[in-house]
Amino acid sequence: MPKRTDIETILLIGSGPIVIGQACEFDYSGTQACRVLMEEGYRVVLANSNPATIMTDPEFADRTYLEPLDPDVLAAIIDRERPDAVLPTLGGQTALNLAMALVERGVVGEGGVPLIGASAEAIATAEDREKFKEAMVGIGLQLPSSGFAYTLAEAMDTVASVGLPAIIRPSYILGGGGTGIAATHEEFRVLAAEGLATSPISEILIEQSIAGWKEYELEVMRDTADNCVVVCSIENLDPMGVHTGDSITVAPAQTLSDVEYQTMRDDAFRVIRRVGVETGGSNIQFAVNPTDGRQVVIEMNPRVSRSSALASKATGFPIAKIAARLAVGYTLDEIPNDITAKTPACFEPTIDYVVTKVPRWAFEKFPGVSDRLGTRMQSVGEVMAIGRTFPESLQKALRSLEQGRLGLGCDPAEAELAALDDDEIVRAAATATPQRIFHLAEALRRGLGQSRLAAATGVDPWFLDQISIIVEERAHLAGLGIDGVDRRTWRRAKRLGFSDGQLAYLLGCTEGDVRAARLAAGVAATFKTVDTCAAEFEAHTPYLYSTYEDDDEVPASDGKKIVILGSGPNRIGQGIEFDYCCVHASFALADAGYETIMVNCNPETVSTDYDTSDRLYFEPLTLEDVQNVLDAEQPDGIIVSLGGQTPLKLAAALPEGLVLGTSPASIDVAEDRQRWNELCDRLGLRQPAGDTATTVERAIEIAEDVGYPVLVRPSYVLGGRAMEIVYNAADLSRAMKELAHFGAGETAGSLGREGGLSAERPVLVDRFLEDAIEVDVDAVRDATGEVFIGGVMEHVEEAGVHSGDSACAIPPPTLGHATIELLEEQTGALAAALDVRGLLNVQFAVRRDPGGHDEVFVIEANPRASRTVPFVAKATGVPLAKLAARIMVGATLAELRTEGLLRPKATGHVSVKEAVLPFGRFPESDTLLGPEMRSTGEVMGIDTTFGLAFAKTQISAANPLPRSGSVFLSLADRDKPAGLRAARRFAEMGFDLVATSGTADYLIDHGLGVATVVAKLGEDTGSDAVELISGGKVDLVVNTPRGRGPRADGAHIRRAANLANVPCLTTVAAATAAAGGMDEWFNSPLRVRSLQEYHHQSQLTMEL
Amino acid sequence: MSGDLREAALVLADGTVFEGEAIGPPAATVGGEVVFNTAMTGYQEIITDPSYAGQIITFTYPHIGNYGVNGVDNEASRPFCRGVIVRDLARRHSSWRSSGDLATFMRASGIPGIAGVDTRRLTRHLRDSGAMPGAFGTADHTTLKQAAVDAESTDGCDLTAEVTCAEPYHRPAAADVESPFHVVAYDFGIKSTILRHLSKLARVEVVPASTSAADVLDRDPDGVFLSNGPGDPAAVTHAHQAIAGLIGRVPVFGICLGHQLLATALGTSTYKLPFGHHGGNHPVRRIETGGVEITSQNHNYAVADDVPTGVEITHVNLNDGVVEGIRSTEARAFSVQYHPEAGPGPHDAAYLFALFADLMTEGV
Repeated sequence: MPKRTDIETILLIGSGPIVIGQACEFDYSGTQACRVLMEEGYRVVLANSNPATIMTDPEFADRTYLEPLDPDVLAAIIDRERPDAVLPTLGGQTALNLAMALVERGVVGEGGVPLIGASAEAIATAEDREKFKEAMVGIGLQLPSSGFAYTLAEAMDTVASVGLPAIIRPSYILGGGGTGIAATHEEFRVLAAEGLATSPISEILIEQSIAGWKEYELEVMRDTADNCVVVCSIENLDPMGVHTGDSITVAPAQTLSDVEYQTMRDDAFRVIRRVGVETGGSNIQFAVNPTDGRQVVIEMNPRVSRSSALASKATGFPIAKIAARLAVGYTLDEIPNDITAKTPACFEPTIDYVVTKVPRWAFEKFPGVSDRLGTRMQSVGEVMAIGRTFPESLQKALRSLEQGRLGLGCDPAEAELAALDDDEIVRAAATATPQRIFHLAEALRRGLGQSRLAAATGVDPWFLDQISIIVEERAHLAGLGIDGVDRRTWRRAKRLGFSDGQLAYLLGCTEGDVRAARLAAGVAATFKTVDTCAAEFEAHTPYLYSTYEDDDEVPASDGKKIVILGSGPNRIGQGIEFDYCCVHASFALADAGYETIMVNCNPETVSTDYDTSDRLYFEPLTLEDVQNVLDAEQPDGIIVSLGGQTPLKLAAALPEGLVLGTSPASIDVAEDRQRWNELCDRLGLRQPAGDTATTVERAIEIAEDVGYPVLVRPSYVLGGRAMEIVYNAADLSRAMKELAHFGAGETAGSLGREGGLSAERPVLVDRFLEDAIEVDVDAVRDATGEVFIGGVMEHVEEAGVHSGDSACAIPPPTLGHATIELLEEQTGALAAALDVRGLLNVQFAVRRDPGGHDEVFVIEANPRASRTVPFVAKATGVPLAKLAARIMVGATLAELRTEGLLRPKATGHVSVKEAVLPFGRFPESDTLLGPEMRSTGEVMGIDTTFGLAFAKTQISAANPLPRSGSVFLSLADRDKPAGLRAARRFAEMGFDLVATSGTADYLIDHGLGVATVVAKLGEDTGSDAVELISGGKVDLVVNTPRGRGPRADGAHIRRAANLANVPCLTTVAAATAAAGGMDEWFNSPLRVRSLQEYHHQSQLTMEL
Repeated sequence: MSGDLREAALVLADGTVFEGEAIGPPAATVGGEVVFNTAMTGYQEIITDPSYAGQIITFTYPHIGNYGVNGVDNEASRPFCRGVIVRDLARRHSSWRSSGDLATFMRASGIPGIAGVDTRRLTRHLRDSGAMPGAFGTADHTTLKQAAVDAESTDGCDLTAEVTCAEPYHRPAAADVESPFHVVAYDFGIKSTILRHLSKLARVEVVPASTSAADVLDRDPDGVFLSNGPGDPAAVTHAHQAIAGLIGRVPVFGICLGHQLLATALGTSTYKLPFGHHGGNHPVRRIETGGVEITSQNHNYAVADDVPTGVEITHVNLNDGVVEGIRSTEARAFSVQYHPEAGPGPHDAAYLFALFADLMTEGV
């Protein structure tokens, strides 16, 4: 069937901010969908609140609404744009749930705008666990025994019949939120209550636990003609019991015979047909009993998912792109396979390599949170690696993680496990944690036996044997010495995925020695193509991976080639923003006639889409792997400054002269404290007083010199890793010891591993400027010395809260013209002094003295892409990353202006960026914001005033501010005067004020009425704050820690708010912004407007 | 693990050399036509499929042997292929279904192999140059090259005699089939999965490839089945005659070689594909409905598309347009090039057995 001509405008719903369980895979799928629908000639209207995405670039849709993903807002967009269809299956669970909310209102679905991709009934059948169970039983498929509950009492009844251990699964959730396995009645009660609270319809499934069974997923597509195909099968190395997003997974399935696989395939088709997904992709999960092969269906996602992004990258079959085409009426056989160009997409990819995905977690950011993995997803990113065999792909994946591991052991970090005795190692391996794979290898290395491990861990013996092969090879190599390694041995080791670094460790030489010796022996990396067909047909898309085989498939070319190094796995502090920058560079350079070559290992991203760049190398971002690509491609330049710290760390070791943009020497000036201080002195720029220290004694000396509080931080890290504000000598000693521990070689902790902290990279100790306003400036500079200021962003939270966790606004809401000019001037001076070619981000602190005069301090400068580049681009319409990429290959700003790439900045509106924090996933963690970044993503709000834009961001960030009810205030003394203003505003809006005794006294003294006074923890008068919050009697919490002193202060209040899902603001600045925003928001009509209108009509009167 | 490896090589008739290690029983030189199969599961079924007689099978999926072998997945009583080429042979297998490992099975059934080969390079070479003879083993390259050149191509070869049964035998209908049909099945190298499917609708008399039409008609079948098998369909002349004597008199259903033989008997010709279709992911359009089925395929020859009047093309391959199915309403005969029985592969086309039953019902 050809495409539908009865629809013109399609509303595509995005997935909003990056959160755990829903990351940039939906930017990848959404971008593909937007592209395809535009290509097909539809008018595309996109709603997504995430500014860091490629899909929200104005050229990817006709109308882009960077507005909250909220039913009211969506209804307003629908009202304004009158779409003919709504496509909800490419924006994750967020889009699906939103679509269902709109169906309930009658805006969408029957009687409203029709849904395409999946019907409301299909979504309900798949997502509502009771309906799903009924449907599966109806078609004769087996499920684990289970029952439903809507109240805690029902849950207790149900579990009595299902039995323990039991798994609790709430309906309509993402990333396993609210799920858990309970072994005891006590655990069950807690988890069931939590699950009921998590499910938007308060429904939980209580299911017999089948932890230990083997877990599989099939990615299935179906079209309107009922053609069904399996795109990819995936087998989890971790057995059932660990969320698939937290499991090491392998494609294709390794241990299913054809008979079993075909049964699963048949069942998957029955599921998709019964659920009624008529077009598009679905993900269906199965569990298999390893002892008798019994297969049960676990769940199905009637939409594009994280696994489908993985499956797309694993096979080269672009699921989202095809799903979008199917949604508009094409059938699979009408769509060509891009890779072969001559065969249709109606087939099942077959692959001739093994793909391994390993998640990346961020437990080090959440002290006190257990790193035990379970049914609730906790990872923040993932890597994928391709090898010809499982051992090769596993080792490549492990070194792609950038956590200091060179592969599966054979590296300095493995020494950590030496302290565990044999029983401890087996016990450790039996518990799913991020370290489990290393525990398995260590146990096998010690000869503890595959059978014992298989029994203890549930990991399939085939996987264990493959790990044993690596471990045995290592034992063989360790005895050789570099001169004893012949060609066959080099080849065998490299074919098992050993990195040169691991080999150097085993052979007692340097990585350089290994490379030289094996190249001399004729063992060099070869590149093979991902082609969907195991070489049966010729491939037309150069999507390559390295391996050690006979021949190489790198196509010859004579264009001017630029390699762009990507940013690796998503992590807190380095996420989608950097992928955005790399993708922009690729687009801009391609437009300018260059051949672009992308290197990255993150399967979730747009950068690893095979048609983003001219060539894609799906490779780890280590020096060895990058060097292999350079050897194969012989490029004319390498871009290292757009992918965050990952490529920047490699810059110094890359061939001189090839690194484009600001010189590595300048980058070092910005990072090296001594040289940086000299530079600031020379330019006459003020900095907070401070110095560097390598010992506790020196740090205390500095602190006494400059005065407490001081900010302590290691150099060369991103995301404020291990940064801390300390108020006294005792805390400073503790902080220094922790940092020293990080850096001390063999006992290096997580920071030492990822940041490369060493004696040459000392700790910075600076006076912390309390109450200062933090400001970020993004700029670009070209070779002629012209500087373009992209944006000046004023932070909402005061200095001391990591910029990545703070809200910020363009234009600055409170800074005066003179101050802004001064900031721009200083940025220009720094750009010139560092001879920047491309992007520069400068952080300032602005302190207002009692006379109202602003003092400006420079905090730091980074001559590379910053996290705020996409936000600035969305706010102003100026594509900073594209400008930077072009400048790096020699263009000038003047030329780019003539070309039209550099346009005047759009003005006339206010843009606010807000961070999205993962505390809901880590109920034990303190929600207090500090210098260590912990947000996973960001949202943007645009409107005519700061208040309205800010209010929009709060809705987008899932902290919707209440319309009425009670505001709970517990303020530190220093925050009371500022807090009073916010409190007054809340009172004026009709909120009841609730406060802790000290705060209440202050408010009452200043003429405000306090409805309830509560005791602080430890005081036994009055109501307890926690009880009040947990009891649902509070609608908004404002809790600022006393003097930013002891961390524990107020922690119980914030934790209660987190658990009860009550919005909690931890700074007065945020409370003030919220109060203003709420006042305006609830008293103004809801207005939505597209980015295109903001960018192109800013000079005209707003047509609202 | 390095000491006990037996270095081996594969040399193609054009002189291309691939290095590897010997697996399975010792073999100095093993020659045959080298083909590749792109299925990711089902190696046991593939190795035991008699259609591979005379051929050396290259598996494009790198890990082979992961789930071992078992007593029920064999497609014949023994393998007829000459040898197996893999990137990696699993050292340890894992499956509740398995009764042993692949390496032992290969030794027990006398099928040598070579592992460690860059099978992707080999596949690309065969794709570009066409299926060609080759030889592998522990002998030196010169010897292997000579063996490769000497190895016979399947062109013009009737290999059915090598794989067919010596005597007719019965396969009873499955216990739950009410009033089963009576089908006579020609064994040109019949797969046991086909027999299993047929037994779900009929009691089956399996007859040797050389059985005459008269002999078959004497058995008074409701329908005749023409099986898969190895070699060049043009060379199996005795079957052409037999089938010509059957069509129009009794419903006929053919698969793979059986399809090619039926087509020949109906007056069309066959030709050799450059490297054949071997895998489990080929899309085939059923022209009648427009629907697409994902199919299991294993053939080097194909039926030309200039079919005579009275014969219609019912199925085509979406990848390359190759004829995948034909039907003659008048002759009450139909056949498909691919494998609706799967074994291994997808089950999408299993309906064809029901169509055979329908045809036999109409014939009553």
